[in-house]
Amino acid sequence: MKLFKRLVPWILLAIALFVLPAILSDFRLNLFGRYFALAITALAIDLIWGYTGLLSLGQGIFFALGGYAAAMYLTLNTPSQQGGNGIPKFFENFGVSELPFFWQPFNSPFLTLACLSLIPALVAGVVGYLIFRNRIKGVYFSIITQAALMVFFHFFNGQQKLINGSNGLTTNTTELYGLLVGSSDMKLWFYRLTVLLLPVAFLICRYFTTGRFGDALIAIRDDEQRFRFAGFNPVPFKTIVFIVAGGLCGVSGALYTVQTGIVSPQFMSISFSIEMVIWVAVGGRGSLVGPIIGAVLVNYLQSLVSEALPELWLFVQGGLFIFVVVLMPDGIYGWFTGGGLRSFLASFGIAQKARTYPKIDEQIESLQEVVSTTPTDSSA
Amino acid sequence: MELFFSQILDGLSIASVLLLAATGLAIVFGLMGVINLAHGELMMLGAYVTFVVQNLFKPLGPAIFELYYPVALILAFIITAMVGVLLERTLIRKLYGRPLETLLATWGVSLVLIQLIRSISTSMLIGILAAVAIGLIGSKFMAKKIGDKPYFTYLNGLMWAFSLGIGLIVVNSMSSVRQLSSPWFGPRNLDVSPPKWLQGSWGKIGTVELPGIRVFIILLSIFLLIGVLWFLSKSAWGLRIRAVTQNRQMSNCLGIPTDRVDSITFGLGSGLAGVAGAAITLLGSVGPNLGTAYIVSCFMVIVLGGVGNLLGTVLASIMLGIIQSVVGSGSILIVFPNLPPALKGVVEFFATTSMSLVLVFIFIIVFLQFKPNGMFPQKGRSVDA
Repeated sequence: MKLFKRLVPWILLAIALFVLPAILSDFRLNLFGRYFALAITALAIDLIWGYTGLLSLGQGIFFALGGYAAAMYLTLNTPSQQGGNGIPKFFENFGVSELPFFWQPFNSPFLTLACLSLIPALVAGVVGYLIFRNRIKGVYFSIITQAALMVFFHFFNGQQKLINGSNGLTTNTTELYGLLVGSSDMKLWFYRLTVLLLPVAFLICRYFTTGRFGDALIAIRDDEQRFRFAGFNPVPFKTIVFIVAGGLCGVSGALYTVQTGIVSPQFMSISFSIEMVIWVAVGGRGSLVGPIIGAVLVNYLQSLVSEALPELWLFVQGGLFIFVVVLMPDGIYGWFTGGGLRSFLASFGIAQKARTYPKIDEQIESLQEVVSTTPTDSSA
Repeated sequence: MELFFSQILDGLSIASVLLLAATGLAIVFGLMGVINLAHGELMMLGAYVTFVVQNLFKPLGPAIFELYYPVALILAFIITAMVGVLLERTLIRKLYGRPLETLLATWGVSLVLIQLIRSISTSMLIGILAAVAIGLIGSKFMAKKIGDKPYFTYLNGLMWAFSLGIGLIVVNSMSSVRQLSSPWFGPRNLDVSPPKWLQGSWGKIGTVELPGIRVFIILLSIFLLIGVLWFLSKSAWGLRIRAVTQNRQMSNCLGIPTDRVDSITFGLGSGLAGVAGAAITLLGSVGPNLGTAYIVSCFMVIVLGGVGNLLGTVLASIMLGIIQSVVGSGSILIVFPNLPPALKGVVEFFATTSMSLVLVFIFIIVFLQFKPNGMFPQKGRSVDA
């Protein structure tokens, strides 16, 4: 049993790498690739919300920044996307003749790979430090991050001359190593890349949530005042964890962008960033397995419902928000690990015998009184 | 200069709408520590109430139609306040002491409200009523029969799911009847035509025209603000609300019914949102997504103004409204045509509505570096204050 438990992650990884591509159609496989990409974002949110207690409603900023970085590299390095001046075609529509300066680094693949996670991390660091420094927390933090999201959205939406405004950047028609990014071969490779990067993100999150650093995060979540009175300064902890989450969201956004074929300011819409939070809430926050389950499950549900009854999805989503928050605050994973299934079965009279002290099992008479007053009868 | 003044007037009217919406949000936040993400959707409900009242008054002839707007304002307040109280009683109360979770739950409510307005039809209303009726009767019946059994909760949930299914079947069975199943409002934007006495100008100050709609909105918000101030400072319930805001546990010990105070405050805040929604109908068309456009600005007002002080809310919303309209319209360039080129470039860069929001946000972040708790922070001795 113990061996089996240790093997579970490897089995799941093997299934995702070899079995799913064999049994799913290209379309479905691509969808699963997107879900796994989103699961990285869910992990990042779990890191800051589930472990540190910072409910950020603005992770879409970092997600979209990563996506834009990938899309800018692809647009710059595809011959068919280039217009007359050797700069991408769409610039001509807005009468821009020179490549804006911040596009320059994205000519190089290595700088792009670095920028994918470093730019979101940098932005997260600046925004986070400025907010945490003033001891802004709780709901205030949430609405400030939401306002920041709105600001970035308006900036990207309005600046057509810099990044093609509300049209976004299309990556489906761009090329990478001579292959069309939208082609199914390329998408299979992106799927594999995503499946391999998800465990890496998992390990990064585990590194930050275990040990003394992880203890500090949980202490901040549970009682920040006491943490401060114990002589620690919570600001660096919060900033570091916010930076890590920002970087992870950037990677996730890049993977998502190349698999959907477009990045647009809609990635920074208010609703998308809150949806990210609900993936974590459904899966189970405060654990690292929960967010992955939640992200895949909720997005799969979304695909199913919106394919069948598109107008019903908002009802389902709204209901999910209310249901999870009110009735299942620990999420699916937390429900299982917290003994939810056992108490569910027990309420119908199907109970596993709980392990007690051996002595008590032998001298059952001494417990008669207790048993007769408890509502469940464990003998069934 | 004339343009500048009319821009300021524009800014003041935007500020008034913000003020109406943000006051409700701020009172609720100050009292319960809860940010209501469905606040924007309550504004949207208020706007739709106005639309419905307008259509009800249309057949009554042009003379009576002129009077629809005041009726709509009052009804918008009452109906959204009722929705707010319902929301507080059924949902928010369950999440007391968990502000972040409340935030998420109210977002769920806002999604449901948006889709409800988009797709509500007679058949859907019947379906919802049927589901709720079956659910309520069923759960009462089950509570009587097996209320003491441990599996009651699970069966009750199953029963609610079952009644939801019946509601869906009811809706589906009527989908072929066009009169019943066609949506009342649909996802499109609808237009509310302001009554004649609001259109046109209400006189002049110097050479500047005073557009009736804008002046009316400003007067309305001043009137309501005074009303809220009077309610909070002079009435018995206002006293209780202030007491609970200051110290919930102490008030509870002294016999103030804090749960009823919560309900009343939430109703008041929601009602103000409804009135703000009714005021918005004068400025533009009504659509299901109307609320989302205003809600972030309302948050910025709260962050800037601080909690528990109406003066902060007033100043913050006036500041944000004027910055948005004066900077966003680019009228600074017209008033001061001789700016140095570098400065001019900066001003032009921010001279759109969306970029002025960016400027406002930068301003708020810088402001918070010096005054982290808003303009007028609450004084207190607790570490968190």
